[in-house]
Amino acid sequence: MHPAFSILFFTTLAGAAQGLVVALALALLAGVAMDATFLLQALAVGEVLLVAGLGASFLHLGHKMRAWRAVLMWRTSWMSREVIVLPAFIGLVGAWWLSLWLGVTGVWAQVLPILVVLGALLLWYCTAMIYACLRFIQEWAHWLTVANFTLIGLSSGSMLACALAALGQQDALLQVLAPWATEITLLAGLSRWASLRRNADLRAISTLQSATGIQSAKLVQKSMGMSAGSFNTREFFHGASQAVVRNLRWAFSLGLFVLPLVLAWWAFSNAALWPWVLASVLQAPSLIAERWVFFAQAKHPQNLYYQTVG
Amino acid sequence: MIQWLKDLLQSNLVENSPGARTTRPAPAAPTPPKRVRAEQGETLAKQLALVIDLNVCVGCHACVTSCKQWNTSGSAGPLADFAPYGANPTGTFFNRVQTYEAGEFPGTDTIHFPKSCLHCEEPPCVPVCPTGASYKRAEDGIVLVDYDKCIGCKYCAWACPYGAREIDEERQVMTKCTLCVDRIYDEELPVDDRKPACVKACPTNARLFGDVKDPNSEVSIAIRERGGYSLMPEWETQPANQYLPRQITPMAHAAASIAPKATPPAFRSSPQD
Repeated sequence: MHPAFSILFFTTLAGAAQGLVVALALALLAGVAMDATFLLQALAVGEVLLVAGLGASFLHLGHKMRAWRAVLMWRTSWMSREVIVLPAFIGLVGAWWLSLWLGVTGVWAQVLPILVVLGALLLWYCTAMIYACLRFIQEWAHWLTVANFTLIGLSSGSMLACALAALGQQDALLQVLAPWATEITLLAGLSRWASLRRNADLRAISTLQSATGIQSAKLVQKSMGMSAGSFNTREFFHGASQAVVRNLRWAFSLGLFVLPLVLAWWAFSNAALWPWVLASVLQAPSLIAERWVFFAQAKHPQNLYYQTVG
Repeated sequence: MIQWLKDLLQSNLVENSPGARTTRPAPAAPTPPKRVRAEQGETLAKQLALVIDLNVCVGCHACVTSCKQWNTSGSAGPLADFAPYGANPTGTFFNRVQTYEAGEFPGTDTIHFPKSCLHCEEPPCVPVCPTGASYKRAEDGIVLVDYDKCIGCKYCAWACPYGAREIDEERQVMTKCTLCVDRIYDEELPVDDRKPACVKACPTNARLFGDVKDPNSEVSIAIRERGGYSLMPEWETQPANQYLPRQITPMAHAAASIAPKATPPAFRSSPQD
């Protein structure tokens, strides 16, 4: 598949924002002491990332003014469900921010962070199912897609939370978040590695024989029926060499999982703060690379029909 | 501004979408409101489809140009063209003719293979559409896009294993074969012309058109008697369009003077389950 940058930015920005907000909500629910101003600022960072992600998703649409129509088919379409859950989640985070700003106490102070955690989980599920429900894109049609969207979002968000806590000198919060961020990053790395292994071993269910019904062992396309490409050749092929895909796979594995874990180990053993900031900075471009590879590795069966210009 | 508000308030927003319009207005007699969309998994009484005869397709692309001409001028158009006279022309087409080579040289066979939307009975492109712009017609099983509701997200194209949908990069809406819905019901045309443009254009009669649910239709008989098969049956989309496999016909009198070809096993002779 051709990786569209609108979707790469949307899913990574929203994923990191969800992870950040979840980390803060869980810390608050666990009773970790943190500065009220810091919490408001950190939540605002999450909200800005979410709105930026929403904006990026609009760039994917051919008719932006009709976007509201996308809420209609929630009974059958995961994209429709995502379109409903994303603004609802943004509203929920906004409501929580407002309640903290107003200093609301009592039951809402507990209920809102719980709702925010549940909303984030639901949004990851909807986003990932958009890809995982396409059964003939074998690289995507697996529960690992849901696991990776969730775990990578949690990892990047909690690393960002650690970086913000380090910058805001929230020692108590960092003490709690650091092990959480490290463990979840390790888990995300293992889960993503599992999907890379799975992709490497996949055998395509559709073949040129099943696509055309011509049962000859040797069958080649001589012409795709056009000389200069079409939507089919632009949307479903990434156009980069295998070397680029391979190198990006290594790059994101290092930048998203290995190096942040090394930096976390450095931070633990030297009681340093800067490694958390560096880890988060390293993860940002690696997130885009990871999502790019997620698209590039997906082989659409329609590509069988578009092999030779002829 | 007002129109979208009206649409949002209408309770029957999706059900009564006009979709592709026929050129003639609806009859004046008051009829109960008809259900336009087929439900998922619903068995329809009528399913229009094409049957492609691979024995006689010569790869002339007449169906491609005829399709483009009709649809760029009809309710589905205009269809984009970029650099049509340049070095790299590209644009929107609903139908493509591809060419494949089967077997080992010198006993190879060249197969010309027209490909358009298969109007699946279980179309995977329809339920994924977030706006309801993509739908399958309850009355005749044609899969259509309502261009006024399409937001151009391309998700339906991802959900089609056959690559049958092409976004119109000028209008930024998804387009696809309509089985010439604005032609086959047009009572102003002579009865013989009420067929898809590709069917009318084919010089070798490689494209048959009809109702595959009617056991006595030309298409049903062809599928039954000549081993019609579906593309990518592994995804259980139940394509309505089917293909007739190439069959080598032995010549009654001249057989002795012509060396037999060694390729018949290359072709399927029975329908695929």
